[in-house]
Amino acid sequence: MHPAFSVIFLTTLIGVGQGLFLALYTAESYHAVGLLPAQSPQFYAWGAWVAVAFLVAGLVASFFHLGHPERAWRSAARWRTSWLSREVIALPVTMGLMFVYGAVHYLGWDLARFGIETGLPGDLTLLVGALGVIATFGLFLCTGMIYASIRFLQEWASPLTVLNYTLLGIVSGFTFATLFAALFATDLVNFFGGWAIIAILAALVTRVSSLLRNARIRYKSSPQTAIGVRHSRISQRSQGFMGGSFNTREFFHGASRLWFRSVKWLFLMLVFPVPVVLISLGMSSDSPIELAAAFMVQYLGLLAERWFFFAQANHPQNLYYQTVG
Amino acid sequence: MTQLALVIDLNVCVGCHACVTSCKEWNTSGDAGYMSDDRPYGEDPTGCFFNRVQTFEVGEYPRTETVHFPKSCLHCEDPPCVPVCPTGASYKRPEDGIVLVDYDKCIGCKYCSWACPYGVRELDEHQKVMKKCTLCVDRIYDTSLPESERKPACVLACPTSARLFGDVHDPDSRVSVAIREEGGYTLMPEWGTHPANHYLPRRKTHISVHVDELERYDNPLKKEGERPRPDISEPSLDDVTSW
Ligand code: SF4
Ligand code: SF4
Repeated sequence: MHPAFSVIFLTTLIGVGQGLFLALYTAESYHAVGLLPAQSPQFYAWGAWVAVAFLVAGLVASFFHLGHPERAWRSAARWRTSWLSREVIALPVTMGLMFVYGAVHYLGWDLARFGIETGLPGDLTLLVGALGVIATFGLFLCTGMIYASIRFLQEWASPLTVLNYTLLGIVSGFTFATLFAALFATDLVNFFGGWAIIAILAALVTRVSSLLRNARIRYKSSPQTAIGVRHSRISQRSQGFMGGSFNTREFFHGASRLWFRSVKWLFLMLVFPVPVVLISLGMSSDSPIELAAAFMVQYLGLLAERWFFFAQANHPQNLYYQTVG
Repeated sequence: MTQLALVIDLNVCVGCHACVTSCKEWNTSGDAGYMSDDRPYGEDPTGCFFNRVQTFEVGEYPRTETVHFPKSCLHCEDPPCVPVCPTGASYKRPEDGIVLVDYDKCIGCKYCSWACPYGVRELDEHQKVMKKCTLCVDRIYDTSLPESERKPACVLACPTSARLFGDVHDPDSRVSVAIREEGGYTLMPEWGTHPANHYLPRRKTHISVHVDELERYDNPLKKEGERPRPDISEPSLDDVTSW
């Protein structure tokens, strides 16, 4: 497939936002059971709003993918059958809940304000946050399933796709949360940094699993099934036109083998080991510089990862577009 | 239920591209708007087509066979492109099984083209909507045309009649009979899309002659001329007639 930059930015940016929100809510729940010190309401509020900003940025990027962005509202129509439509619904719902979560923190409201006495401080933020967590995971599921549900894109048609989208989002979000904590809540740096490293290791396992899986794929379609002739030697002599077409542009990445392979090693380095080192350095020195570097390097790595994810998928339609003529 | 479809006879197609040009001519002139082209006479021409004719070579020289292979939307009975469309712009008509795109609803997200294994959906680069074969839905029901012309433009254009059009759910239609009796098959059956369009394979007529059939068993010495008459008492060839 041809990697579209709009989709690369959409999926990586909303991943950071979703992961950041999960990080904030994790810290708040740890605090609720007394495992972490309290933070100022502003920390959570601004953290959640930064997460919303990442989602908004992703949404803006996604509009560049559409031929008719002015009709985008129509895309919520088919949520019964289309994962893309479900994502279109899940994205604003998640954004809304994150925003409200931040607002409730900022205003310092709890359920007592609505006449419900639970005796638990911060009960309303915990409740709204829990809904936000459900929406966030729902959004990860929708994003992953958009790709995993196309059964003949065999590189994508696997639960690993959903798992990788989720874990890589969490990875980038926790890395960002570590940086955010280094700036505004230094007592959370080790907490976020520790979880970021654990998430990186988990994502390394699932991403490498999917690379191994994809390296062993046996394609179900072949030139034989494409034209329905049973012969072991079939080659295309003409695709029916001399120039390009949508089909030759949209489904081929067009990069050299060397570039393609290099991107794989590049993202494997930039997403996993380099940030682990930088986060560890940042945690030991409490310096935002290393953590900012960790986030930026990792984000670049994730852009490469997404590029590779798209480029690696081999569409069966390509069997019909092998030779110009 | 009706399922309109094309049946394409690969035994007959000569790869002349008449269906491609007539398809473009008809569909670029219709109510739905033009099908855009860029640089048609330039170095890198590109454009939107509903139908393409491709050529494949089967076998290895000198034992090769050239297969001309017209390809357009197969109007799948279980079309994977339809449920993925977030807007409902892509739909399958219940009354005749034609898969269509509503150009006024399509947002140009291209997701349906990813979900078609056959690569027959093409985004119009200027109108920014997804396009594909409509089975000439705007002419097959047009009662102002004579009955014989209410067929897709490609079918009318084909000089060798390689393209048949009809209802594949009616067992007695010409297309169903052709599929049944001439080995009609579908493309990429592994994806369970159940394409409505079928292809008829290349067919050759062979007679098998065994070596012993090349020699008359009743003339083993290969001597020509009048053959000895059997005796009146001997049985004749058919055991009935006698001299
Ligand atoms: S051939 Fe492709 S575009 Fe046509 S109905 Fe089947 S899946 Fe959809
Ligand atoms: S490109 Fe148009 S028809 Fe295709 S899935 Fe998107 S909205 Fe639907």
